[in-house]
Amino acid sequence: MYNNLWLIPFFPLVGSIINGLLGKKIKNEKVIGSIGTLAIFASFLVACQNFFGLLGSEQKVFQETVASWMTIGNLQVDWGFLLDPLSAVMIMVVTGVGSLIHLYSIGYMHGEVGFYRFFSYLNLFCFSMLMLVLGNNALVMFIGWEGVGLCSYLLIGYYFEKKSAGDAAKKAFVVNRIGDFGFLCGLLTLFWALGSKGVWTLNFVEISENAHLLQSGGLLVTVVTLCFFLGATGKSAQIPLYTWLPDAMEGPTPVSALIHAATMVTAGVYMIGRMNILFAMSPTTMMVVAIVGAATAIFAASIGFAQNDIKRVLAYSTVSQLGYMFLAMGVGAFTAGIFHLMTHAFFKACLFLGSGSVIHGMHHGYHHAHLHDDPQDMRNMGGLAKKMPITYWTFLLSTIAIAGVPLFSAFFSKDEILWWAFGSTRGHWGLWLVGVIAAGMTAFYMFRCVSMTFWGPQKTDPKAKDHIPESPLTITIPLIILAFLAVVGGYVGVPAILGGANHIHHFFEPVFGHAQELYRIEAHGAHATEYALMAISVLVAFAGIGIAIYMYLKKPELPGKFTAAFSGLHRAVFNKWYIDELYDFLFVNPTKKIGTFLWRGFDVCVVDGVVNGTAWVVKGLSAGLRFTQSGFLHNYAAAMVVGVVVIVGYYVFG
Amino acid sequence: MADYLLSFMTFFPLLGMLVVLFIPRENGALLKSTALVVTLITFVLSLPLAFDDVFTVSGGMHYREFYEWINIGNYFQMNYNIGVDGISLWLVMLTTFIMPIAVLSTWNAVDKNIKGFMALLLLLETGMLGAFISLDLFLFYIFWELMLIPMYFLIGIWGGKNRIYAAVKFFIYTAVGSLLMLVAIIFVYYYAIQSGAPMNGFGIQEFYRLAIPSGAQYWLFLAFGFSFAIKVPMFPLHTWLPDAHTEAPTAGSVILAAVLLKMGTYGYVRFAMPLFPEALQTFIPMLATLSVIGIIYGSLVAMMQEDVKKLVAYSSVAHLGFVMLGIFAMNMQGMAGGMLQMINHGVSTGALFLIVGFIYERRHTRLISEFGGLAHKMPIFATVFLIITFSSIGLPGTNGFVGEFLALMGAFESGLRWYAVVATSGVIFAAVYMLWMYQRVMFGKITNPANENLSDLSAREIVIMLPLILFVFWIGVYPNTFFEKMNPAMEQLLNQMESRQVAVVEQVEQPVMAKYLDIK
Repeated sequence: MYNNLWLIPFFPLVGSIINGLLGKKIKNEKVIGSIGTLAIFASFLVACQNFFGLLGSEQKVFQETVASWMTIGNLQVDWGFLLDPLSAVMIMVVTGVGSLIHLYSIGYMHGEVGFYRFFSYLNLFCFSMLMLVLGNNALVMFIGWEGVGLCSYLLIGYYFEKKSAGDAAKKAFVVNRIGDFGFLCGLLTLFWALGSKGVWTLNFVEISENAHLLQSGGLLVTVVTLCFFLGATGKSAQIPLYTWLPDAMEGPTPVSALIHAATMVTAGVYMIGRMNILFAMSPTTMMVVAIVGAATAIFAASIGFAQNDIKRVLAYSTVSQLGYMFLAMGVGAFTAGIFHLMTHAFFKACLFLGSGSVIHGMHHGYHHAHLHDDPQDMRNMGGLAKKMPITYWTFLLSTIAIAGVPLFSAFFSKDEILWWAFGSTRGHWGLWLVGVIAAGMTAFYMFRCVSMTFWGPQKTDPKAKDHIPESPLTITIPLIILAFLAVVGGYVGVPAILGGANHIHHFFEPVFGHAQELYRIEAHGAHATEYALMAISVLVAFAGIGIAIYMYLKKPELPGKFTAAFSGLHRAVFNKWYIDELYDFLFVNPTKKIGTFLWRGFDVCVVDGVVNGTAWVVKGLSAGLRFTQSGFLHNYAAAMVVGVVVIVGYYVFG
Repeated sequence: MADYLLSFMTFFPLLGMLVVLFIPRENGALLKSTALVVTLITFVLSLPLAFDDVFTVSGGMHYREFYEWINIGNYFQMNYNIGVDGISLWLVMLTTFIMPIAVLSTWNAVDKNIKGFMALLLLLETGMLGAFISLDLFLFYIFWELMLIPMYFLIGIWGGKNRIYAAVKFFIYTAVGSLLMLVAIIFVYYYAIQSGAPMNGFGIQEFYRLAIPSGAQYWLFLAFGFSFAIKVPMFPLHTWLPDAHTEAPTAGSVILAAVLLKMGTYGYVRFAMPLFPEALQTFIPMLATLSVIGIIYGSLVAMMQEDVKKLVAYSSVAHLGFVMLGIFAMNMQGMAGGMLQMINHGVSTGALFLIVGFIYERRHTRLISEFGGLAHKMPIFATVFLIITFSSIGLPGTNGFVGEFLALMGAFESGLRWYAVVATSGVIFAAVYMLWMYQRVMFGKITNPANENLSDLSAREIVIMLPLILFVFWIGVYPNTFFEKMNPAMEQLLNQMESRQVAVVEQVEQPVMAKYLDIK
């Protein structure tokens, strides 16, 4: 193998620094864009070399240490990297999809004031994400973990003059930090727990090798994994910490595609995969993960029903699909979870970039007509298929993929998850049922989205409707490549009962096989059951598609009737079940009130009250005593007389 | 030269002060340049310490100098006894490093009585360096008091509107603590003499070997601990800090945050803890509780501040809480985290005060509501501010993370597990108050017309910030530069405290003490 893993994060770091420091002087968008894109593309090449090297290699785990980071007592942390099938797939996704999105951004961000800033941040993000997936210990992972949070903050707040963007950026970082609190607690507990058994380490390989020292199913391992899972809910936008992701759509669309769909938000799933043995040791945590995942999948899908902003639909869809991945991890279908992570990266990146292309076109039209309508509102769209054919076809193919239509990528990954949810030793039919319903809902809202955007009559303002062009090549080429992957990406994991070899399953064997074998996590059942379940999910998917097309294409008046009939429900869904308001009421406002109270009440009144009070008492006393030292002779004489009288009196009368 | 390096370095600023006193008061530029050159030379003088590998090998005191100073037979003897080890090394370096930066920050900010200002700054530097290198308790006390006076005048003369109140508050708070410490120093000294222990003036290394009965230890620890806790400052003795910081001129705030507060934490590490290890064990739960309260309380109060400088001041309370928690963990990680966090706080919070100074010089206000949208007009400033903000939040890869993480890890491994968990939640609040402030100052549209014509950072201001930013990343990425020199000294200190605890328990009560205290 090659000793060049460090190059993978290194290139984007250099790209980020060059564009960050010199971009303002370079000015030329082509140069800046090329530096950024080439930086990540160079990483992609190195990633390919490592990925294919690993495919052909007998040894499946490679570690590479660059330098020591901190050495204190029994703590030894290195700047070290780890290549195994799991990280190999992740670096391929991050650098591959990343390269396409960089290329796309050259066209999409054309003419923006902070063009260089954007590419610098985007490179920095790739650096962080690659550190996250390549780190060979929990602390290097944490660098990436918080680093992606930082970049997410910077990129959501890219249009910082908009208050909503600033708010969304801050919310994203703070909510992520709540998760990071969990991550840190888990990390500290784990270090101490293993250390008390004599193994002081944060290295993933050593953690896996020594995990058996902890009691399986014990309280400690459950606490550790639950803490880590709290971290995952923050980063990957799961209940209860999902609220930041929809707001994150304030960022430019390529950011939504790269960070808030394809890569960063999947970090939580990756992290569970990385620590699969610890999670496998705690059935309780696995159950929590599965339930939270399933609940998020269906909950977010329900909100997706009523959104009119095209990016928000996709945002809730992402939350929902991430829920699927957690459902997979929770029932022990680690391979399926990562498999879905990969296919999702393809089709969701394609969908987001497609929506960006649409917004780009709409914006162009409105700009031409000097209108200020919302270019992201699907109610202003319709009939765009003819205007933007490439965008339309790539979007449609990806939508078919996400809906779970057979032979498209998500069909294989989603079906694998649902099968495990039903048949795994850690599964339950209830989890499967929720998953299937959510799948139907997904098909529905995604085809609702396609109908409103691309089909039917064009609802754009007449002045603008004829000036919506197809996007330039830098935008459409990534769309085509991603759509292609969205269609065929599933063939690496065709299940055995469909005559496939399930390559990906074997590929991940060295990572997940051990835990699954040791803790007897497997999916079993009759072939007939598997076929039946598959048939049900296909039927549900087509039902969802059919209803959506019927409601939004054949009978466009139906949705209005529905919302009128269930106006209360619709309002609740439209307002995202008022969760943001609930959090404000429960957490944000009380914290502010407490802060104000502690400051004005405790600090100023109580502590300083005592301090200043003491000063006043001293001052008062000394003011009293001052009269005795007035400096006037007659006062002293009077005092003397009084003294003499008292003393004499004491002896005379005493 | 090497034999006298420490003394030369320490008193060079004092020498510089004499030079400054002979420069005509009208010549402001010359006064500032002289002060800058003096502090820079002092920094250069201190550099050999940072590169000396002796600290990586041995945890003891190096660069020792010893002269008898006052000797009144058996009644009173104190010596000029100085030296530096891996614990004080980086605090000395921090001091010499931050001083030229502080002088540079006054370039446009100070225009009245420049002569006095520079003279006091240089006097202050000698005081601070002296306190860090003193190995004689009484000598330490002299330097400790020596620092107090220049800072009092810096706040009281060159401060803001409410400066007199702030200066007096600062002085009285600190003086109350100092006097308690003085009483304790004298007590412990005469106890040592009476008990016939071999003493060498007030030499701390002899004090370290002294076995003090537990009853007396409690009171002595309280006296020392109280004095240092005021300086740190620990909740609830912190209320002098926001006032002092808000009113002090930028240079004063920077030094106050970067160095003076460290006197408190350093005092714990060097004096209060190793001198009275048994009492320490008793008080650790209380002190750790106060540290954790400081973290949460400081953060919550910082969140609601309307004045940027006050916000930074309260954030100091939170950051120092991490330092104290790490130290009280009494293990390598915690101690290293605490020690490094002292340096980090000096770098990051010092930088934050400079940043506040930059915008104050431009707008003559520090109210958050007066700003907004500054990123449009000041992109370089926005970048610098952002880096420092995230360093203060403790983002991995920056200095803040390494210190906080190790402090928490140390606390977690010791008996302070639950304290560590609560303290960890501080990382959330840090993000809240810093990012909210950053957003209100830098993001959004420019709404206040007064901000329309703000200029970006000048070359001088960039030069001030660059070294600080360098250390933000250096410490974040390769802290071993600092740890390798700290480790032996910390190990020695921890071993010594551990063995002392055992020794004290075995010690039979000494009758001499009964005369002084009512001990059974």
